Amino acid sequence: MHVVVQEARIDPVAMTAQCHASAEPGQSGAFVTFAGTVRDFQGAAERNFVLSHYPGMTERVLERIAQSAESRWPLDSLTLVHRVGAMSVGECIVFIAVASPHRAAAFAACEFLIDTLKTEAPFWKKEGDEWVDANEADAMRSTRWLTDTP
Amino acid sequence: MRIELLYFASLADKLGCDRESLDWQGGTVADLKALLSTRGADTWAPLINANSTRCAINQQLAQDDSEIPSGAEVAFFPPVTGG
Repeated sequence: MHVVVQEARIDPVAMTAQCHASAEPGQSGAFVTFAGTVRDFQGAAERNFVLSHYPGMTERVLERIAQSAESRWPLDSLTLVHRVGAMSVGECIVFIAVASPHRAAAFAACEFLIDTLKTEAPFWKKEGDEWVDANEADAMRSTRWLTDTP
Repeated sequence: MRIELLYFASLADKLGCDRESLDWQGGTVADLKALLSTRGADTWAPLINANSTRCAINQQLAQDDSEIPSGAEVAFFPPVTGG
């Protein structure tokens, strides 16, 4: 399990290559990746985007979510890298990669990770002078992963 | 005993504060919110007590009835917007 919070830019292509390169040949039948990037909402290509966070709690929450994914699905590897600080339109905010023997688990785990971190990990986005509001759709999406088991 | 309070994002901006140290006689999150609310009926009270305001004790999400131990780090923050 590789979970990192960093200020440095994320190169999703290089990270994907790294995940494949470090895999045990023939072990995982399925690799699924997700890259979340900064969208250009209103033609504000030169606008500042800053992601602030709660150092300490951010890492703990991401690790807990990753451990939850590992206990729910058979994963051979899990990578979750989330950026903080200033970033520009088009840049990668978060990169997730999972590998599993079969694709159902890989797709589900990857989706679980991004859906869950969006409602639980203490990051806050600011565009220019305005804080972005949390949205109802994200909250609804994450509830589909709730189970009866704690 | 003392506790450390942290405020984040839009909540910190609106309160005009991002961290402080407080003398604490013991109690729950609800007790702390009541104490902070006395700082302003139009400012601190509605912001701290808002349904959307989250609280964490020692970096774990907490509820109104959670006990705040001595030396704890207590954080208040708005709904998260990462990913």
